[in-house]
Amino acid sequence: MDTDDRKQRYRKVAYYPGCALEGTGHAYNRSTKAVGKALGLELDEVPNWNCCGAMEVKNVDPKVQTYLSSRVMSIAANEMHAGVVMAPCNGCYHNLKKAEYDLAHDAASRETVGAIAAKAGHAPYEAGQVETIHALDWIMHGVGEDELRKRVSNSLRGLKIANYYGCMYTRPRHIFPEKDQGPGSDSTSKPHFMDDLLEAAGAVNVDFPLKTACCGGAHTLSDSDLSTKLVLNILRAAEAAGADVIATECPTCHSGLEMHQVRAEKVLGEKTTVKMLYFTQLLGIALGLSPRQVGVHENVSDGREALKARGIA
Amino acid sequence: MSIVALARDAGDGPGAPMPRTGDDPGTALVDAVEVRLTKVDALADPRDAACAMLAVADDVLVDWAAFRGDAPTQATREGFRLLALHRQGAQDLPSFNACRETCREIVYHFNLLRPADPGDALPAEDAARTRVMMGLLVRHLALFVGGKMRSARVGEFCCASRPIRQDD
Repeated sequence: MDTDDRKQRYRKVAYYPGCALEGTGHAYNRSTKAVGKALGLELDEVPNWNCCGAMEVKNVDPKVQTYLSSRVMSIAANEMHAGVVMAPCNGCYHNLKKAEYDLAHDAASRETVGAIAAKAGHAPYEAGQVETIHALDWIMHGVGEDELRKRVSNSLRGLKIANYYGCMYTRPRHIFPEKDQGPGSDSTSKPHFMDDLLEAAGAVNVDFPLKTACCGGAHTLSDSDLSTKLVLNILRAAEAAGADVIATECPTCHSGLEMHQVRAEKVLGEKTTVKMLYFTQLLGIALGLSPRQVGVHENVSDGREALKARGIA
Repeated sequence: MSIVALARDAGDGPGAPMPRTGDDPGTALVDAVEVRLTKVDALADPRDAACAMLAVADDVLVDWAAFRGDAPTQATREGFRLLALHRQGAQDLPSFNACRETCREIVYHFNLLRPADPGDALPAEDAARTRVMMGLLVRHLALFVGGKMRSARVGEFCCASRPIRQDD
């Protein structure tokens, strides 16, 4: 797709916030909307959206999860007549992409989705009707680094950032056919869109080898100590890399890092001081929005001091 | 042998307790890696430390192969057994690929600390930082694999979905 065509296509997208952005990830919701507005990008929320199926439904019956994700895409395609659905949560993004892949390649999935959709009384989603993208794609291709650089009024200059993508943004590779396509596409082994955008906003990205490592999110309830140790290791690696802040692009990763940072200190007596901020919060601040406008006060990990220390907020 | 090669002569110095080898291999593996990494800390030369840490990472995935009932591969990929062991460990288990990049980063850090041409050796300060990061990567691999072992064992009774899907 031509760069300008894509830019135009991403100007207005169907917005699927997902459950987490209405709860623990509220600051991500707030900052995503604020950044979109500041950049002239439009979000049209999918009406009557449902859970993507997350891990819970996927564990019980993957085909029902495929249906749940496909319903969101069906509403976007058949009711909103949208061409693009943007999901800022890695879990939602992953599940919609997986549903897209399953419906394109698996007759049994198409049959299940068709049967449930008929019962529910709506048109089944058919593969290819919409394009699912992440918030990183939305800003990278809807605006771009050069345009973003021009719009920065409060540079993140001097702020050292470790970019943490988590494990679901790029895995499994086969459901992300648009990645690993050379210049202009993101990489599944070393994703860089968040690095590129934050660098355009003036930040210094540190080398962070655990950027796609597991944070133990799936173990959080069944084996909290293990999750805490995995997160603690990520936080230590960010600090060893010299980061002031870990930038995140997923509400589940973000909450996990914040909560287990607190838990590591309480349970293991291990204190780390690196702060977590959503990449949209950082971009918003670079665009001249106040920390409050992008919900920094809603984070558990209070990044305001780290920003002040660098003269940014 | 196994459980990270029984922490390589564990218990031979202060602060190096014998790892537990009871009925929780995941915890035993993580404990054993801590013992091994403590010993690595005592190595003065970062090149020796790099070899020792790579050996720990290899042993973690040897344990994973054994846990799955497989004979650990002796093959190498791109010159490293670690990468071959990872590939073996991820067979029929796509979620194991969540540690693929960790393994590749371990190899990358090893190469930084032990470049093919000694003239490319890192300055002391960079070597020290790289060594710390390689240790964190090895620990992350151990925590991930240990977690996989633990969750595999609790799955039979705690995952209510399993009986439903057994007929798939």
